[in-house]
Amino acid sequence: METLITLLVGVLVAVGVYLLLSKEMLRMILGTAILSHAIHLLLLTMGGLKKGDVPLLQESAAEYTDALPQALILTAIVISFAVTAFLLVLSYRVYQESGRGLELRGQKDE
Amino acid sequence: MNNLLVVPMILPILMGVLLVFLRPYIRLQRLVSVITLALSAGVAAYCLVHIHQTGIMRLDFGDWLPPHGILFVGDSFAMLLVLAACVVSGIILLYAFVTTGVETEKMFFYPFFLFLVAGVNGSFLTGDLFNLFVCFEVMLLASYVLLTLGGRKTQLKEGITYVLINVLASWFFLLGVAYLYGAIGTLNMAHIAVRVSEVGQGPLLTLISIVFLLVFSLKAGLLLYFWLPGSYAAPPTAVAALFGALLTKVGIYALYRMFTLIFVHDPLIFRMIGVLAIVTMVGGCLGAIAYSDIRQIVSYNVIISVGFVLAGLAISNQTAFQGASYYLVHDMVSKALLFLLAGTVVYLTGRSKFTELSGLIRNYPLVGWLFFLTMLAIAGIPPLSGFIGKVYLGLGAIETGSYMLLAVAFLSSIGVLYSLLRIFLNSFWGETTISEDDQVPFEKSLGLPLVLLATLVVGMGIGAELLAPYIQDAANTLSDPELYIRAVLGDDLE
Repeated sequence: METLITLLVGVLVAVGVYLLLSKEMLRMILGTAILSHAIHLLLLTMGGLKKGDVPLLQESAAEYTDALPQALILTAIVISFAVTAFLLVLSYRVYQESGRGLELRGQKDE
Repeated sequence: MNNLLVVPMILPILMGVLLVFLRPYIRLQRLVSVITLALSAGVAAYCLVHIHQTGIMRLDFGDWLPPHGILFVGDSFAMLLVLAACVVSGIILLYAFVTTGVETEKMFFYPFFLFLVAGVNGSFLTGDLFNLFVCFEVMLLASYVLLTLGGRKTQLKEGITYVLINVLASWFFLLGVAYLYGAIGTLNMAHIAVRVSEVGQGPLLTLISIVFLLVFSLKAGLLLYFWLPGSYAAPPTAVAALFGALLTKVGIYALYRMFTLIFVHDPLIFRMIGVLAIVTMVGGCLGAIAYSDIRQIVSYNVIISVGFVLAGLAISNQTAFQGASYYLVHDMVSKALLFLLAGTVVYLTGRSKFTELSGLIRNYPLVGWLFFLTMLAIAGIPPLSGFIGKVYLGLGAIETGSYMLLAVAFLSSIGVLYSLLRIFLNSFWGETTISEDDQVPFEKSLGLPLVLLATLVVGMGIGAELLAPYIQDAANTLSDPELYIRAVLGDDLE
């Protein structure tokens, strides 16, 4: 199961990097979103994937599932949500200012 | 008692949230934010003395004993940086009162200023790796907003680059956290350190440490500084000064914490950091000399000092750590001053290329002399604040025989001196081109923060003796990770 998820993470990273390397702003933002999904999956996988019980003492403490990666992912999801929202607003603002998508490459002196 | 430790982070956050609701009352906002930073600085100073007397402070949130909960650890190194961050950002705030327009101020400028300081302080104080990530993000989100607030075209353009770079860096941070958790099974920094030394730093852990090196190098501008000059030159002066003084320092702090506490067992990494530091210093010097835009030159000076401080990490002995801690504090103050001065010149003349300026010292003697003073301080002329740090770092380099680093580090001082002297000779000396009638009046309130920072620069040079015990403490913790680990996990190491 872990191997499968890790492969999935690899695919997601590949897609994310491909999108990130494109010239269009919106694709780049989608790329960051997909990359963050990949890393969340990886965090989950690193904690070990198993069907267990709630991590409470006395109630079948023997086979509990590690709750920490889930807590980490929850925080990371909130943060990546906020950053993606900010990026979208920023790119919209750029679009408003310049009337077209921002070209990130090709400065005059480069 | 130990609850005080959380004040430098929680107070700016609470007050920032409060200020969001006080949007129309600019004067009240200014007052509250200055008082907040002053209080935080006071608490940090008190904690610093307390740590010196009784040892490292620790605060376990919710009484979850380490390694189970999230905790704040206050050692002298972190606390010195918190103190410097609060004082410097407070003074920059005074400058922001004068130069920031009411429109920007109404767009939640002060709340985000406070959030940024909170994120910086949190990153210094936290003892948990994931919490470090969260504090980084608090700081970064605030910096995204401050960078793009105002919405000029360069700001937006640089803003997008800056945000994307940092999103990517945060992604690698999470990658490192995930791998480390998979390999070691804990996120408490002291606990990680214990486990790493138990299992030995094999190839896997070294790889993970390189991921962290990549992440923090991006944040600190070690080698991977290509994004830095543009995005530090784009925002308004006060914000640029805040970035120049604080943001890269957080990355440097994280590098120091990682590679003095956790991944200390592989000498190869330190050699790598040494090479990176050398390349950074050389690249920074080239950049600082190549440009004629004052703000670009000043931004490249930030990069040189990043390389210089990390040379201390590459040397990694007690003397070098003393030098680095001293230099780090000095650098926060003097870089803030340098950015403010450069911004003031641009604000007063409306030009940013030093070739277009001349004879400013006649029009604005205060700015001219302060620039001269700052230049000497950053180049490391005694008795100003940069001197002691450079001396100790040099002594440390001689102790371990890293002469290459020593030579480049001290040659970089000449690069710094040359790049700033060029500005000074061209734009402050020579014939005045602005007549007395045309010159933009220099407001006294603009001079106050500059003079305050300059006083600090001189004071830290002459009063180095006063700071010495705390610097010594900081260097002790850095060179002996056992101190930190024992303070967090107690005497019985598992």
